[in-house]
Amino acid sequence: MTENTLSFSWLTDLANPTRFIALVNRVLPWLGAITAILFAVGLYLSFTTEGDYQQGLTVRIMYIHVPAAWLSMMCYSVMAIAALGTLVWRHPLADVAAKTAAPLGAAFTFLALVTGSLWGKPMWGTWWVWDARLTSVFILFLMYLGLIAFNRAMDDPLRAARVSAVMILIGFVNIPIIKFSVEWWNTLHQPASVMRLDGPTIDPEFLRPLFVMALAFTMLFFTLHFMAIRTEIWRRRIANMRRLAARKASREVQR
Amino acid sequence: MSHAFYIYASYGIAALTIVGIVVWTWLDSRARRKELQKLEASGIRRRSAGSAEGAK
Repeated sequence: MTENTLSFSWLTDLANPTRFIALVNRVLPWLGAITAILFAVGLYLSFTTEGDYQQGLTVRIMYIHVPAAWLSMMCYSVMAIAALGTLVWRHPLADVAAKTAAPLGAAFTFLALVTGSLWGKPMWGTWWVWDARLTSVFILFLMYLGLIAFNRAMDDPLRAARVSAVMILIGFVNIPIIKFSVEWWNTLHQPASVMRLDGPTIDPEFLRPLFVMALAFTMLFFTLHFMAIRTEIWRRRIANMRRLAARKASREVQR
Repeated sequence: MSHAFYIYASYGIAALTIVGIVVWTWLDSRARRKELQKLEASGIRRRSAGSAEGAK
């Protein structure tokens, strides 16, 4: 019981923006350093491992394409959890987390699409096909852009929070569609070869750099997301302070 | 085109995108931090500034 209350108080502590900023200030240098080291190791492994016997060295595109694609889905899942946080638990930082994750998700999805295209041309002979996997990821990209545009168009962040939370949760249906599109439909894109129930089917030679790069991308996401949440808290404080100052000034004029 | 072109184009675009979001996040953060400091220096405080300090 005490353990439960302890972990809960830890969570509610994080709900206090001032405490959250203190936490971010403390962990950010570490997160940044870990991300940089992981990228250094990941890039070294990416450019020193052998080529595939069929694909040659283009297999190296996988080390950025696959982590970017994973991140594009993980970022949306983080946003969906944050949307639940807004609607169910009324967590005061949840909508800040959802709002700031969207541009990062859009960047990773863009990367997955472009590197996929650059890999598709030499391996498939085409830049793009409208198969289920590529189309569903393209829709994910459009959803990120839509959410960014919506949040930018709304003046009141609190009103925007609830509407965008509902939109995020409706859009979440796309995530399992992306994941299983390669099994449900006949796609040019290959089926899963890493996240499989029977274990990965690719050689450890390729799995090692892929794993390190995936970790590097994940750490990069969390580093930037923490930073962006802190910035958004500051942005809202600034807006509040300006509003307060303006109200005070107009009261003084009336006197 | 050779395979090298596709590989380096992929890594190049990845590097540009990642550097882009890192720089953008960092610049935005720095600008807001400065703005907040300027407001606080001019004597404007948040309504909850007192209680937040007290909560520490």
